[in-house]
Amino acid sequence: MTDSPAEAAVGREGARPLLLRETKLNVVPVRHWGRGVLAVVSVVILASVVMGLWTNPNIEWPIVWEFVFSPAILKGLWSTLQISAVSMVVALILAVVIAVMRISPSRIVSGFAAAYVFIFRGIPMIVLLIFVGNLGLFFQDFAIGIPFTDITFWSVPVKDVMSPFLASVIGLSLAGSGYMAEIVRGGLLSIGRGQHEAAKALGLNRTRTLRYIVMPQALKVLLPPMGNEFISMLKASAIVSVIAGGDLLTVALGISGVNFRTIELLIVASIWYLLVIAVLTVVQYFVEKRTAER
Amino acid sequence: MNPMISVEGVDKWFGTNQVLFDIDLQIAEGEMLCLIGPSGSGKSTLLRCINHLEEINTGRIRVDGELIGYQEKRGRLHELTEHAACRQRVGTGMVFQQFNLFPHMTALENVSFAPIKIKGTPKAEAHEHARSLLERVGLGGKAGSYPSQLSGGQQQRVAIARAVAMRPKVLLFDEPTSALDPELVGEVLEVMKDLVRTSQMTIVVVTHEMGFAREVADRVVFMADGRIVEQGTPAQVLDSPQNERTREFLSAVIR
Repeated sequence: MTDSPAEAAVGREGARPLLLRETKLNVVPVRHWGRGVLAVVSVVILASVVMGLWTNPNIEWPIVWEFVFSPAILKGLWSTLQISAVSMVVALILAVVIAVMRISPSRIVSGFAAAYVFIFRGIPMIVLLIFVGNLGLFFQDFAIGIPFTDITFWSVPVKDVMSPFLASVIGLSLAGSGYMAEIVRGGLLSIGRGQHEAAKALGLNRTRTLRYIVMPQALKVLLPPMGNEFISMLKASAIVSVIAGGDLLTVALGISGVNFRTIELLIVASIWYLLVIAVLTVVQYFVEKRTAER
Repeated sequence: MNPMISVEGVDKWFGTNQVLFDIDLQIAEGEMLCLIGPSGSGKSTLLRCINHLEEINTGRIRVDGELIGYQEKRGRLHELTEHAACRQRVGTGMVFQQFNLFPHMTALENVSFAPIKIKGTPKAEAHEHARSLLERVGLGGKAGSYPSQLSGGQQQRVAIARAVAMRPKVLLFDEPTSALDPELVGEVLEVMKDLVRTSQMTIVVVTHEMGFAREVADRVVFMADGRIVEQGTPAQVLDSPQNERTREFLSAVIR
């Protein structure tokens, strides 16, 4: 008996060259014509878009560079970052509260939460923002007191406190929290019955089970969609320009209203949006990687 | 002497499906009882009722003289507040078929978590106790491991340590070896045998491990179709069963 086909070949026909063990397969790769064509088309499209922008006589790039680091634009950028960050935090808190209410055994509590999600997820963000921005038109005062009575402990006129910044934050938070509540609810429901029972059997109540057992595990599930939600929130913040939120886009449009360089200033705004989102994407990548390791 | 666990006339329904029929069962303090029977016979449900993980429809269940899940006032049952129900469960530990360890905590944290959060045991003391328990179940070197890094048998041993850490009077095992690969069953049964021999706890085990029941049980209860069919010492029930259902079941299980 021979051990291998190679030896067998040598054994039978000694004239043949000895087959050495190959260290690497010598293979002619199959041609993927479709891919090749697609690659060429992609490059052509990219090149023509870049050239079209770069050599376009109607776009004055010096103006873009002039405004990218101008104090007004940077101030607008800072506002955008503030509005997005504050809205994100507020939305997240609201979302957790609403999600927990949504899974409550009480029909009324969960029904309230469902209605909340329905309303704030259903109304377009831009409509919601205009509503909040004009809150002073249909509510005179913010007041703390006993509902349905005339007893008030504290009140302040809406138009005095409703700054564009506050209106922006409220609008974005409400809209964002509608979406996020559903994400959080999904995360909470992804934790199996066994975990709840184990916690119960140890003597943990519902609140502690949520806080120590369910939430930490749900967080891992929630992180990727929440990261995306954060990025969406930053982009959505541009909408606050409709109520003159003082954000990046408001400032850019304001300048263009004076110098009529609309495209240049939109490019300036886009550069900053892309830059911030690039940074957030990198942060998201590392945060997810760290959580996944656990 | 009063029994540690007393089940009196318990019926249990799931919707329109009755799964327990008029169950009466007294378990003495320190007794080791094995519940056996075909799947669907209601043995797991009975166990879960003892911990009030399932609500009973009629009858009473008492653990250490205390009515489980309810309070009886002027002839009416009042549901216990969440706080009282939680306090009650502390006295009864439970080990699940699927282990149900907390995956985001290390073995040490799994075992020490409840004593710290619920009993308010100082952290250092709880950790020390947890370490000694992990040592006892043969996992002294795995304190820092997460459940995902442990085998099924190791996870179940951590789960046993977790239940014991609360120093319960009663320990319930719901098919603790049924989800394990065959070669891992032995290590878990060894830990349980050690527990039975060395502790004063009242232990109830739902199991299909007849050898284990024969070796350590004080009493074996055979259930079928939601009823207790036969009970007695392991020798009585396993070696000379009186009831036809028991004989059928045993001949199917012991090949």
